[in-house]
Amino acid sequence: MDLTLYVWRQKGPEQPGRLEQYRAGNISAEMSFLEMLDVVNDDLIRKGVEPIAFDHDCREGICGTCSQVINGVPHGPEERTTVCQLHMRHFRDGDSIYIEPWRARAFPIIKDLIVDRSALDHLIQAGGYVSVHTGGVPDANAILISKPDADMSMDAAECIGCGACVAACPNGSAMLFTAAKVTQLAMLPQGRPEAKKRVCMMTEEMMKEGFGNCSNHYECQAACPKGIKVSFIAKLNREFIKAFDSHGE
Amino acid sequence: MAVTGQVMILFVLIHVLGNSTLFVGGLNAYAEKLRSIPPLVWATRIVMLAMLIVHVYLSIRLTLENNRANPELYAVKKHLKATFASKNMIWTGLVIGAFLVYHLLHFTIHVINPEMSASMNVDALGRPDVSAMVIANFQTFSISLIYIAAMIALLLHLAHGIQSSFQTLGLNNDRMLPLIIKAGSIVAVILFMGYISIPAIIFLELIKG
Amino acid sequence: MILDGKCPSGPLPEKWDRHRRSLKLVNPANKRKYRIIVVGTGLAGASAAATLGELGYNVDVFCYQDSPRRGHSIAAQGGINAAKNYPNDGDSIFRLFYDTVKGGDFRAREANVYRLAQVSNNIIDQCVAQGVPFARDYAGYLDNRSFGGAQVSRTFYARGQTGQQLLLGAYSAMSRQIKAGTVRLYPRTEMLDLVTVDGEAKGITVRDMVTGEIASYAGDAVCLCTGGYANVFYLSTNAMGSNVTAAYRAYKKGAFFANPCYTQIHPTCIPVSGDHQSKLTLMSESLRNDGRCWVPGEKGDNRPPHEIPEAERDYYLERKYPGFGNLAPRDIASRSAKEVCGEGRGIGSSGYGVYLDFADAIKRLGENVIRERYGNLFEMYERITGEDAYNRPMRIYPAPHYTMGGLWVDYNLESTLPGLFVLGEANFSDHGANRLGASALMQGLADGYFIIPYTIADYLARTAPGGVSTGNAEFRKSADDAADLVKRLLSINGKRTVNDFHRELGRIMWDDAGMARSEEGLEQALKKIPELRDRFWNDVKIIGSGYELNQELEKAGRVADFLEFGELLVLDALHRNESCGGHFRVEYQTADGEARRDDDNFSYVAAWEFNGSDKRPVLHREPLAFENVVPDVRSYK
Repeated sequence: MDLTLYVWRQKGPEQPGRLEQYRAGNISAEMSFLEMLDVVNDDLIRKGVEPIAFDHDCREGICGTCSQVINGVPHGPEERTTVCQLHMRHFRDGDSIYIEPWRARAFPIIKDLIVDRSALDHLIQAGGYVSVHTGGVPDANAILISKPDADMSMDAAECIGCGACVAACPNGSAMLFTAAKVTQLAMLPQGRPEAKKRVCMMTEEMMKEGFGNCSNHYECQAACPKGIKVSFIAKLNREFIKAFDSHGE
Repeated sequence: MAVTGQVMILFVLIHVLGNSTLFVGGLNAYAEKLRSIPPLVWATRIVMLAMLIVHVYLSIRLTLENNRANPELYAVKKHLKATFASKNMIWTGLVIGAFLVYHLLHFTIHVINPEMSASMNVDALGRPDVSAMVIANFQTFSISLIYIAAMIALLLHLAHGIQSSFQTLGLNNDRMLPLIIKAGSIVAVILFMGYISIPAIIFLELIKG
Repeated sequence: MILDGKCPSGPLPEKWDRHRRSLKLVNPANKRKYRIIVVGTGLAGASAAATLGELGYNVDVFCYQDSPRRGHSIAAQGGINAAKNYPNDGDSIFRLFYDTVKGGDFRAREANVYRLAQVSNNIIDQCVAQGVPFARDYAGYLDNRSFGGAQVSRTFYARGQTGQQLLLGAYSAMSRQIKAGTVRLYPRTEMLDLVTVDGEAKGITVRDMVTGEIASYAGDAVCLCTGGYANVFYLSTNAMGSNVTAAYRAYKKGAFFANPCYTQIHPTCIPVSGDHQSKLTLMSESLRNDGRCWVPGEKGDNRPPHEIPEAERDYYLERKYPGFGNLAPRDIASRSAKEVCGEGRGIGSSGYGVYLDFADAIKRLGENVIRERYGNLFEMYERITGEDAYNRPMRIYPAPHYTMGGLWVDYNLESTLPGLFVLGEANFSDHGANRLGASALMQGLADGYFIIPYTIADYLARTAPGGVSTGNAEFRKSADDAADLVKRLLSINGKRTVNDFHRELGRIMWDDAGMARSEEGLEQALKKIPELRDRFWNDVKIIGSGYELNQELEKAGRVADFLEFGELLVLDALHRNESCGGHFRVEYQTADGEARRDDDNFSYVAAWEFNGSDKRPVLHREPLAFENVVPDVRSYK
């Protein structure tokens, strides 16, 4: 199939960017979206044009590196699918495809489709952990955890940290990302002792990093390639109220 | 915001119930009863004013913060879940705010259309004739239109606001979420119908002065 | 030179304890005076950085990804082994040790493997304490499953994302140290060179992948946790960015490279669909628990699978290995698939594929049970191929997946360069010639959490802190060399893309040094690779400059190293005149096509020393002594 691409090109963080039009010819339905871009890039290189820079790594939907807004939707039109797992059979010959980077104040553009997502790392650094030293821990089966709790914790832990939630959010909020980590640890007894501190620290850090607030559009859940649910945001809110309640922090 | 919103929703609910006494001819009695307990009226006014100030302050701050966090530079952006209502909370809110001022000037302080105000006319029992005032006003097309337009804003605001407030307060989970979203919309629609029924019915001359 | 692995003496179960007692310690007040460089943030790197930071050392940690949470350990699906024996099915530390040594075809060090089995239990405890949501049963206890042919249930798992959860655990622990200020993080930074001063590793030279700036960092010791080199095959299950550069440049600086020919080909991956293919996707091995591998009995049978009657199908694994059937170890399953495809019985448009059929399991257990067990894998399969595996058999084919070889390290994980420690897949130490399923995660975390903290202290205690700074001439020279290399690459301005060359190298490696290797093929590869390398250095085209984010330049540097490293791999494969584990030489097989090991002549670790670009590397041997197990013939019949 032949496609027309409109790709955001931007030399660097300070330079202005714009959409450039490219032709993607001879694309087979078996290709992944990124393989289609590989083909386009190889073409560009042969023509002496600088190839499109885009983030990608594992190409199996788990590392969370790939990050493109395709036709207005982070990770493209398929539900629960990262860009690298999106295949060209979902497009038709002659389609026009708009490819843009994640956009949010907290994610400045580095080049073309590549953005700086270190703000998400900072959120984890603010409290997304259990403060346990290596060694000196009890036997793994010493703490029993009910299956529903463990399952819910795992549901939340599936977040791949790609930032699609932020890119999709009309407010540029990282609430879903934060809520996933807060919920994962709040559901487990190991995470309880620090639950109040964690939710306060992480929420505060969200503000510092320039993320917006949650106003419950639920765009994040719809864009999330792992189906992380907004009910975790409700859980975060409960945890926050609890923390506020008892400590007045 | 969720807390202040929910308190105000409570007021809006009571208000519509009070209004509906018009249909059974009890509006004047209801108004008289209210007037006879000034502490209740004033307490409500003060609490509502406080709620309103906090709500408006927070919402403006929130909107500014959110706009800063997402400058919306996408050339193409498709919303999958966000609705017209959810994206325009600040605008529907401001419309409601403006309407509130108008409404108070109109029916409470009687600066607008003073000649039709209830205190100028009394009913057969010597009470200020609120019924007549309401009916007389809503027979005017432009006034009915203003009220109905404002209620559309309220409908949109609550259609998102009710469920949103539950989510923000954490009173939500996977099972509840779809129910709350539905219930919020239904309540918003019921309130909307309740409110617009008065100007609509009066304007269509189903109830005459 | 005969290499000494420095394995402690004494009875096997006491070696590690005794050794730990003999290791020197660093005074707590002095720890903050030391700076340790950690390269890579997969399981090994993240767990090492977290633990060393906690202990009070200053740690500088580098990764090429935008975030340290993205190391390719994240893609491991199946699970992590431990000798907990929770299911009471007869597991023990010794049994895990024995299975690992046997699985590695008796080409690993006994002492290392035993230690790995010992600390495996601590890993599970540690991860649970961190909040890793392992699967649990309804009583709240940890759930186990049997994995990859093991006859006990010793694999802990977190859905199909065990690697992800373990990595996020280690990443969280490291994040905590970043917050505490003991760990400094350098993301989007790629190591280009190891700096040695007076023969000891004292720093690294890196390129900032955003600005292109080349800089050096000095430390008192360097830990390489940079993963494996399966991307030398171009198509592999590794991440696109996985590369050999850090390890290879360390090799060029004097660290020995051990057993590069031990590469693992994973039997259950989604087959290649065309030339555009950029990587291969692994489907968890657990699928073989219920799926049956088959191909048509006759050559060139193009009928759709459901039209091929039972009698005309060849369930080749069940036929050849009635004991293990579809659960035969990875190398055997992979080679068998290659064999039947070589006979022209492969399926799919390319002819390189076999069926993995769930029809019987669905009939026996019902679709719901299968959906519950493998739902996410079937979903993934459908996403990639567009086919519904509930109704037609999956198509699978082997793909390079893991590399057992790596930089040579002694029992302390220290390479032949003092001060250079190598952890995880980047070293060669624990898996011998073949790795068992669910053991990679175990090794990465064992090295990072429980081994390096002890052994590095022993080195540091003998070293004055802050002895070298980047002002040293060696650092300047290293930075200049790295900058020159970048300049050289950019100045070629030829016609072919980097991918082109990488693809071609991959084809040579796969054809001549892949699943089945012959002397003839390997000799050919030894001719083809230098030719290709020459063409690369004359004809590669890289657009853009070195002083900006330039992904083609990054790739070119990595491919340049693969083009040299590939030769080393082939050389090692050629010298090892036996078949063992992931290394199969067609000349050395039994009458019925099984690998024939040669313990008399090849029971050693082959460690290669760099000897200049134009000269053959020098082979050093570390003899393997088996005091506690008897190397027997691995039979899965």
